[in-house]
Amino acid sequence: MTARARILPLLLAAAWLCSCCQKPGTGRPPAMVFAAASLTAAFRAMAAEFERQHPGSKLDLHCAGTSQLVRQVREGAAASVFASADLPSIEQLVAAAPTAALPPAPPRTFARNRLTIVTGNGNPKHILTLADLGRQDVKVALCGPQVPAGRYAREALAKAAVAVQSVSDEPDVKAVVSKVQLGEIDAGVVYVTDVAGAAPMVTAVTIPEQHNVVTACAIAVLSGGNSQATGAAFVAFVLSVDGQRILQSFGFEPP
Amino acid sequence: MKPPGQHPASRLLLIPVAAAVLLFALPLLGLLVRAPWQQFAAQLCSPPVLDALWLSLQCAIAAAALSCVLGLPLAVWLAQGATWSRSCVRILVTLPMVLPPVVGGVALLLAYGRRGIAGGALAGWLGITLPFTTAGVVLAETYVAMPFFVLTAEAGLRSFDRRYALAAATLGAGPWRTFWQVTVPMVAPSLQAGLVVACARALGEFGATITFAGNLAGRTRTVPLAVYVALETEPEGAIVLSLLLVVLSAVMLLVLRHRWWPGR
Repeated sequence: MTARARILPLLLAAAWLCSCCQKPGTGRPPAMVFAAASLTAAFRAMAAEFERQHPGSKLDLHCAGTSQLVRQVREGAAASVFASADLPSIEQLVAAAPTAALPPAPPRTFARNRLTIVTGNGNPKHILTLADLGRQDVKVALCGPQVPAGRYAREALAKAAVAVQSVSDEPDVKAVVSKVQLGEIDAGVVYVTDVAGAAPMVTAVTIPEQHNVVTACAIAVLSGGNSQATGAAFVAFVLSVDGQRILQSFGFEPP
Repeated sequence: MKPPGQHPASRLLLIPVAAAVLLFALPLLGLLVRAPWQQFAAQLCSPPVLDALWLSLQCAIAAAALSCVLGLPLAVWLAQGATWSRSCVRILVTLPMVLPPVVGGVALLLAYGRRGIAGGALAGWLGITLPFTTAGVVLAETYVAMPFFVLTAEAGLRSFDRRYALAAATLGAGPWRTFWQVTVPMVAPSLQAGLVVACARALGEFGATITFAGNLAGRTRTVPLAVYVALETEPEGAIVLSLLLVVLSAVMLLVLRHRWWPGR
């Protein structure tokens, strides 16, 4: 091997490393937006619309289970905006890491969601109520109890006085929906909006009002974020008429 | 005075060496510094931790045993020559080593899940469903860990001097007897190393396990999964569990290094 041939891979590796460290484009860094897994599709659409309306402002959207996002912010992730599937998670975050997370303004409820049963396409196991989830022949998975969706699902099952043995504590709602879609489990309890996004591969079974849980999705600008101005502008957009219209097109209810 | 063979720039070499050592030492130091030493014993002896640890050990040992039972014949066949079919099989077997384990988990679901190409038949004819069961954990761990055994064993078998086997054959030993009494004892260090590495890899398996076998305390929540859950609920517990895994893995490496095995 000649010296040049030896150096080429090194140069390539160095160039690649540089391109990873420096984000190309405008000078302003993209504002990191952390959003709950259940908000993925709606926030993707809102981020695209926001970037269209605010040329030069960039968002870096990161979606995962709320509990996972809370952990990442506590460990120092520089999120500018935190959109949670519930209000307590943001409050906990602020209480646990006040210096990094203390929002300049209190968290705002920006949308409401409710729970539904998700079953395979066409509901092959004929699941009609929450009580059916307690049946021996129905394999159910819920989110873990540390995830808001898992806590709400257990709340709904308790209201309906149904004992369910979840076969797995899933990390977020998307994992539950995809396992129903793959046919590995017969049913799960997730948000209405998750099923709307995955239809027609899965079928929703409505949970009646008296057993259901109406949840509040909350959003806040975090003080430890990398781009507070862009973050604040995005939160204003989410609460604006345009943002609300997009949210409602994904099945969210107004706050 | 430099000892013969030492590179003249060996002092300079120490700088990148120190950087590399720091890269590996700092994460370990981080765990040690942030570990809740006061409540360490209490955390370690709590029922969820003991459950996860017991499950992890059982599954990792079962996966290593399965890797040996299925992997030894495969390694013998692979070591027998250099044909096109062997190369293809070797790539197939090596794939789980480089594949992201989550991808492995998804692939396992599509193969051995309830609606998987083989899982459907398993469920229909034998009534066996693997996802979300402890057997599923063993399968996922075997899928990820067996390549380590197969490749190590194959390398050992390839470096085995076949003249010993020929000598045994001329003395009247049949092929089975030659294999078990001549070949296996002579390649035993490779087999043991492969077994330990496979066991260590199975012990640390996360991605394929959580995807294929799910995450249920006492049934499929091994120590790595317990670390993941604890990170979101009680980070102190996650550090304790992580240190536990570090110690277990280090012990395995020591076993490998010193080969504390009987008969050597």
